[in-house]
Amino acid sequence: MKDQSLTRAKNPLVRFAISNAVPILFIILLIFAVPLSGFSTDYLLNEIITRLGRNSFLVISLLIPVMAGMGLNFGIVLGAMAGQIGLIFMLDWGVVGIPGIVLAMLVGTPIAILLGLLAGTILNRAKGREMVTSMILGFFINGIYQFTILYGMGSVIPISSNKLLLPRGYGVRNALDLLSVRKVLDNMWSVEISGVSIPLGVFSIIAALCIFVFWFTRTKLGQDMRAVGQDMQVAATAGINVDRTRTLSIIISTVLACFGQIIFLQNIGTINTYNSHDQVGTFAIAALLIGGASVAKATIPNVFIGITLFHLTFIVAPRAGKELLGQAQIGEYFRVFVSYGIIAISLALYAWRRQVEKETERRRAKAAIKAAIEDGTGG
Amino acid sequence: MDEKQYLLRMENISKDFFGNQVLKDVTIRVGKGEIIGLVGENGAGKSTLMNILFGLSVIHETGGFQGRIFLEDNEVNFASPFEAIEAGIGMVHQEFILIPGFTATENILLNRESTNYNILVEVFGERLRTLDREEMHKRAVKAIEKLGVQLDPDMLVSEMPVGHRQFTEIAREMDRQSTKLLVLDEPTAVLTESEANTMLKAARKLADSGLSIIFITHRLSEVLEIADRLVVLRDGQVVRELESSKTTPREVASLMVGREIKDAISVRSNDSEESEIVLDIKDLWVDMPGEQVNGVNLQVHKGEILGIGGLAGQGKLGIANGVMGLFPAEGEVHYKGEILPLNNPVSVLSKGIAFVSEDRRGVGLLLDEPIDLNIVFTAIQIQGRFIKNFLGGLVKWRDEKEISRVAREYVDSLQIKCVSEKQEAKELSGGNQQKVCLAKAFVLEPDLLFVSEPTRGIDVGAKSVVLETLRRQNREHGTTIIMTSSELEELRSICDRIAIVNEGKIFGILPPTADPADFGLLMLGEQEEVKSGV
Ligand SMILES: Nc1ncnc2c1ncn2[C@@H]1O[C@H](COP(=O)(O)OP(=O)(O)O)[C@@H](O)[C@H]1O
Ligand SMILES: [Mg+2]
Repeated sequence: MKDQSLTRAKNPLVRFAISNAVPILFIILLIFAVPLSGFSTDYLLNEIITRLGRNSFLVISLLIPVMAGMGLNFGIVLGAMAGQIGLIFMLDWGVVGIPGIVLAMLVGTPIAILLGLLAGTILNRAKGREMVTSMILGFFINGIYQFTILYGMGSVIPISSNKLLLPRGYGVRNALDLLSVRKVLDNMWSVEISGVSIPLGVFSIIAALCIFVFWFTRTKLGQDMRAVGQDMQVAATAGINVDRTRTLSIIISTVLACFGQIIFLQNIGTINTYNSHDQVGTFAIAALLIGGASVAKATIPNVFIGITLFHLTFIVAPRAGKELLGQAQIGEYFRVFVSYGIIAISLALYAWRRQVEKETERRRAKAAIKAAIEDGTGG
Repeated sequence: MDEKQYLLRMENISKDFFGNQVLKDVTIRVGKGEIIGLVGENGAGKSTLMNILFGLSVIHETGGFQGRIFLEDNEVNFASPFEAIEAGIGMVHQEFILIPGFTATENILLNRESTNYNILVEVFGERLRTLDREEMHKRAVKAIEKLGVQLDPDMLVSEMPVGHRQFTEIAREMDRQSTKLLVLDEPTAVLTESEANTMLKAARKLADSGLSIIFITHRLSEVLEIADRLVVLRDGQVVRELESSKTTPREVASLMVGREIKDAISVRSNDSEESEIVLDIKDLWVDMPGEQVNGVNLQVHKGEILGIGGLAGQGKLGIANGVMGLFPAEGEVHYKGEILPLNNPVSVLSKGIAFVSEDRRGVGLLLDEPIDLNIVFTAIQIQGRFIKNFLGGLVKWRDEKEISRVAREYVDSLQIKCVSEKQEAKELSGGNQQKVCLAKAFVLEPDLLFVSEPTRGIDVGAKSVVLETLRRQNREHGTTIIMTSSELEELRSICDRIAIVNEGKIFGILPPTADPADFGLLMLGEQEEVKSGV
């Protein structure tokens, strides 16, 4: 893809180090922090496996818009909201277990498609500024979401179960228990290997998604998205409907994020009706970037490496912080700080790399012209 | 030829852009398997003619065109390029239209990929068919073979030499079975000689297999080599059709440039030849996108007006921009015997060199500011003039009175049409904006003045005032002027010597009295044919 910035650097080792600077930095950090924290390997492995199961689907939902050149889509927050609405209805209708999850997904999907369509349409009017636009759009839709849930549900939108509603009779409660579907996917097919339990069910779903994404890149639509992502003008000249292709990428991403949020919440076991979706975009994007992705290129390995490094950092940081500074809260600050920090740094780094890339391109062109002249053109 | 045999006839085509007549009653006919060379200076209307054929949206949006187009004797009028492609017309554009991160194959088959069916197509539609990479590879190889060139179908475009990019574009047209007519708009402009040769051979091969080709180029010997006929366009009119076997580059060049010198030029005696050298440029390279300079050597004599001419995109504009430090440059420039630091506009300005940029609205003017401030702006910034000091220099104040006075002086002498010197620059017409730019340079009292495209986009009246003003500045103040212009006529009317740039280098320096054909030949890079001493 576009990100061939430094693939032409002299030394392959230097090249590798530069293009993977972020993950390498985190690995170094962890080499110090993990022993300091004093956690057992079993514990850490268990945690990582849980986090991978919980978050992978959400992070993977970011990949397709990157392919279409729309950057890292903060709009997955919209999908997360759709997923939560699906879960609220599922709770209300009292469907439990796997059928409940499927129902939540079925209810969430049309909402996600509509929100994706909205986001896609708006982002098509903000070409080149997709990331910040999708972030602001997320805040805006969040307002509508909160209003709907707080005033609409139980009044205009029928909610029969009083357990879900606030005492005043309308509006959904702050926190909802997901006991009826808690860990149903995780427990669907789970094995334990020397004290580490592995939710094979969830992992198979994730594997299926990975296969889907890989397959998708090989479809005509995937090819069109890659073309649009690299050069909208050229793609349009070839007759590809650019706006429609971009919108489709956002819709797919939003629907996947809706499923991703449902998988995430069934593992957690409760919904914070008004905030569960808040940091979904930020954390998923930070994880992906830490995994070595950039605004223009993100792969499936980036997803898994990113989630592992990101969450491992947050598991060990509070303990390491306590050992070092005698303060555990430092870990929580650290989490938000690092997430936004890493997004900011990655974006700056990306801009810088593009600069370097252009410079190299220019120098190459010049060398080519020099060679051409020595070749004897025009006497 | 009998009418029936023509594949394409464009008859009595006229086109204006907002009243500016660009094509006048142009008729061209292309036979089957024939190669037509379409030649003409920049702005002659070649691309516009092809855009009309192709149904480009710029044409429809600017009021369409007059005349009729027949393809195989059916009248056509394409609403969009897609219809033209459908009808069998392929166009390879001046700029590459390729996806850099895709391979040759992927680009050749862009949006025409071979695909396989799978069950999801039933639910989500045709776009979920999977690509058939094997078949795509086969088709690409076949298209490349038709061209008869060496091109790796799996190479990424971003890693290809320019020539291969060009081949990729043409191969794309070849993959379309229906292509009957291929339009190549300056396909060899960016190629090396060997690449260009391969390209020409490919074109010949395609024509022999029955494809018709319209070939737009500035390389005369090339086009004479492969074209059957040549159509020479000048100022939007066909001046001549030639059998390429019965003409010479010289004849074509003089037809292209054409015009006789209108007003007798006041050529000064050659005393500037002996006068001292003020500016000595050695091996100058400038990275100006689209106007790359590749090793220019040029000596400028004190008190002369030196013209720099050449076709667009050949690098003539890069020279001034490079010396002035506006684009990254390398090389050695001596000014009055001292080294002139490159890539440092402020130090160049402070040495008494001024520049009137071709980019009036971008570099030249502060559009939201009044005329007077525009005129003195650089003088304030660089020379610290028009400033009153108070409290021993602690407080600085613009000397508004003096600024107004000087501005009014220039408004009068350059005939700047405005309400007052306080009018904002953006409200002025192009010609008057240009005069403000000149005033801004003159106020610096420069010893050396670069002027680029001083008359571009301004009306005839303003043009002559601008040229007259430059000549007066040169005579009365002894300012050495280096004027870059696309209009040869204008260079010949005021310059002492004219350097012609081609492919980023100086191809020759001629006196203004030289044969117009020689200028034309130099612009086209045909140095050997030139008769006047270079
Ligand atoms: N879209 C446009 N709007 C206004 N003028 C145009 C436009 N396109 C071309 N022109 C003018 O038409 C003339 C012919 O241009 P063009 O056909 O590009 O010349 P060529 O290809 O022979 O160099 C030029 O004077 C140019 O300024
Ligand atoms: Mg042109």
